[in-house]
Amino acid sequence: MDVLGRYRNLIVLVGVLFAQVLGLAVQVRRTSDNEPTRLIRIWAVGAVTPLEKVLVWVQTSTGNVWHNYFYLRGVRAENRNLKQQIERMSLEQVRMSQDADQARRLQALLAFKEQFISQTMAAQVIGSSGSEQSRSVYIDKGENDGILPDMAVITADGIVGKVLHAYPSTSQVLLINDQSSGVGAILEKSRLQGILKGTSAGEVTLEKVMSDENVPAGELVLTSGGDGIFPKGLLVGRVTKVGSGSELFLNIRVRPAADLSRLEEVLVVTKIDERQALPEQTGAARAVDILAGRLPSVPSKPESAEKGDAAGVVAPTTTTAGSDAKLKAVSPPASASSGAPAVRKTAASSPGTGSANSSGTSTNAVKAPPKPVKAVVEPKPQPAVEDSPH
Amino acid sequence: MAITYTSGAQVEVYRFSIPATILIPLTAVFLQAWLPLRFHFFSFFDLPLLITIGFATARRSPLAGLSTGALIGILQDALTHHPIGLYGISKTVVGFGASSLGIKLDVENAGARFLLTFFFFVVHEVVYFMIARGLVGLRMAWSWPHEFLSGMANALLGVFIFLLLDHVKQRT
Repeated sequence: MDVLGRYRNLIVLVGVLFAQVLGLAVQVRRTSDNEPTRLIRIWAVGAVTPLEKVLVWVQTSTGNVWHNYFYLRGVRAENRNLKQQIERMSLEQVRMSQDADQARRLQALLAFKEQFISQTMAAQVIGSSGSEQSRSVYIDKGENDGILPDMAVITADGIVGKVLHAYPSTSQVLLINDQSSGVGAILEKSRLQGILKGTSAGEVTLEKVMSDENVPAGELVLTSGGDGIFPKGLLVGRVTKVGSGSELFLNIRVRPAADLSRLEEVLVVTKIDERQALPEQTGAARAVDILAGRLPSVPSKPESAEKGDAAGVVAPTTTTAGSDAKLKAVSPPASASSGAPAVRKTAASSPGTGSANSSGTSTNAVKAPPKPVKAVVEPKPQPAVEDSPH
Repeated sequence: MAITYTSGAQVEVYRFSIPATILIPLTAVFLQAWLPLRFHFFSFFDLPLLITIGFATARRSPLAGLSTGALIGILQDALTHHPIGLYGISKTVVGFGASSLGIKLDVENAGARFLLTFFFFVVHEVVYFMIARGLVGLRMAWSWPHEFLSGMANALLGVFIFLLLDHVKQRT
C-alpha cells in the first residue's frame, strides 16, 4: 500500500498514457472512409465553431460597412478600368466560344463524355484545425445545407481540397497541401499524369511522374478527373521546381493557384453532371464545315466599318489582322454590319459557352472549364479595343 | 534570476476557479483554430500547450497537471483529422512534467518561465513526433531550426500568458 501511495502519480500517468495509446491503436486499426464521426469530434466542433461563426460574421459586417460606405476612394477609376476589362473579355469570350463550339462538335463526333459542375454552394471559412500537422479548415455549411463528404472545394483561383467530415452546420475541409491528401493531376502541355500530394511542411508535390520526362518549371497543373472528386480541367497550380526524386520518379514542386493560407470564401461543388455531347445540341456538322469556319473570311463591307466607327466601339481601320479575323469568324453576315454590339450579343447568346469564366464566381450553374480557370480569366491584349475610343 | 531549488514547503500552490478552469482552455483552443486563418504566422504558436504549462506550474499537482493536459490535448485532437490522442498523450506528459518540476523549482519569475516553456515545448514536439511517426505512421520531418525558433517564440509568448494567468489564479 505504501508503495502504491508513493508512486500514485506515476501509476496514474502510466494509466492515462496507456489508455490513450490503446485508443490510438484502435483508431489507427479501424480507420476507414465509412467510419462514423466520433462523438468527441462533434462535441469539440460544436463547442468551437459557433464562436468562430460569430466572429466571422462580425468581421464580415464590419468589412462590408467599411467597403460600402467609407472606402469609396478610387471607385470611379476602378469602374473605368473594369469597363475596359469587360470590353476586352467580351472579345476574348467570342473567340473562346468559337473554340468551345468547335470542341463540342468534335466531342459529339467522337461520342465524348463531358463533366459539368452543375451546382456549387458558396461557403465561408470560419476556422482551422489549429495544427501545423493537420492542414484542414472549417466552413460554415454542413449536412443541413446538403454538404457531403468527398465533395470538391474550389475557389476562383483553383482547387482547395475536399470535404472530409460533414457536421450538421459545419464541415471540415482537407486542404490539398495536407500530407494525407491526394488529387489526380495532369500537366497542361505535356499531358503527363501524376498524383498531387501534400508534404509535412505544407508544400504540394506532383508524384509518380517518371524521371525521364521533361517537365519545365512554370507549366500549369490541372485536375485529371481520375480521383473521382474533382472534375477534369480545374486549375491546381504551377510547377515551381523540378528535381530528381526517389526511385524512378521526379520530384515536382507545385505552387497552388489558390492561396491556401488566406482562404475566406470557397465554393463547394455539390453536383457534377456527366453527359455525352449530342449532335442535336450543337447542330450536325461535317469536319469540312468545322475547318471552313476556321479559314480567313472575306473582308467586311465598308458600311459596316463606318457604322462600327460611328458606334465608337470597334474601328476596323485600327484593327489588326488577327483580331479582325476573330470578329468576322463570329459575326454572322446579317449582323456583321452592326459592329461590336452584335459581337457582344453573339457572345452572350451562345448557350453554354464562355461559362468557364464564371466557374469561379458564385453562380449556381457552372460548367467545368475546358481550359484552366486562371488561363481563361487572363485576357489577351486586344489592340482593336485598346485603340478604340470609349 | 536563476532557477532556484526550493523545498516543498516554500512553494506556493494555487488554484483556479471553475469558470477559469473551463473557459481559459476553451478560449485557447478556439483562438488556436481561429487566429492562424487571419494571421498565418500564428500557426507557429501552440496556445493550448502554453495554458497546459501555465496551469500545471501554478497548481503544482501532477495529477491535476496530467489530467488538464490530457483534456486540452484531446480537445485539440478533436479539431484535427488525425486520430484522437496525439496531442492528448503529448500534453499529458507535459502537464505531468511541468507540475512535477513546479514543485521543485521556483517558476514565478520570467526567466524561469521562459526556460521552462522552451524546454517543455521541445518535449511536447518530440513526444508528438515519436507517436505520430511510430504509432500513427504519419510522414513527418524533424527540423531543429524550426523547432528552436518555434520554441523561442512560444516561450516568449508564454511569459506574457503566465502573467495573465497570475491575475486569475487564487492562493489556496
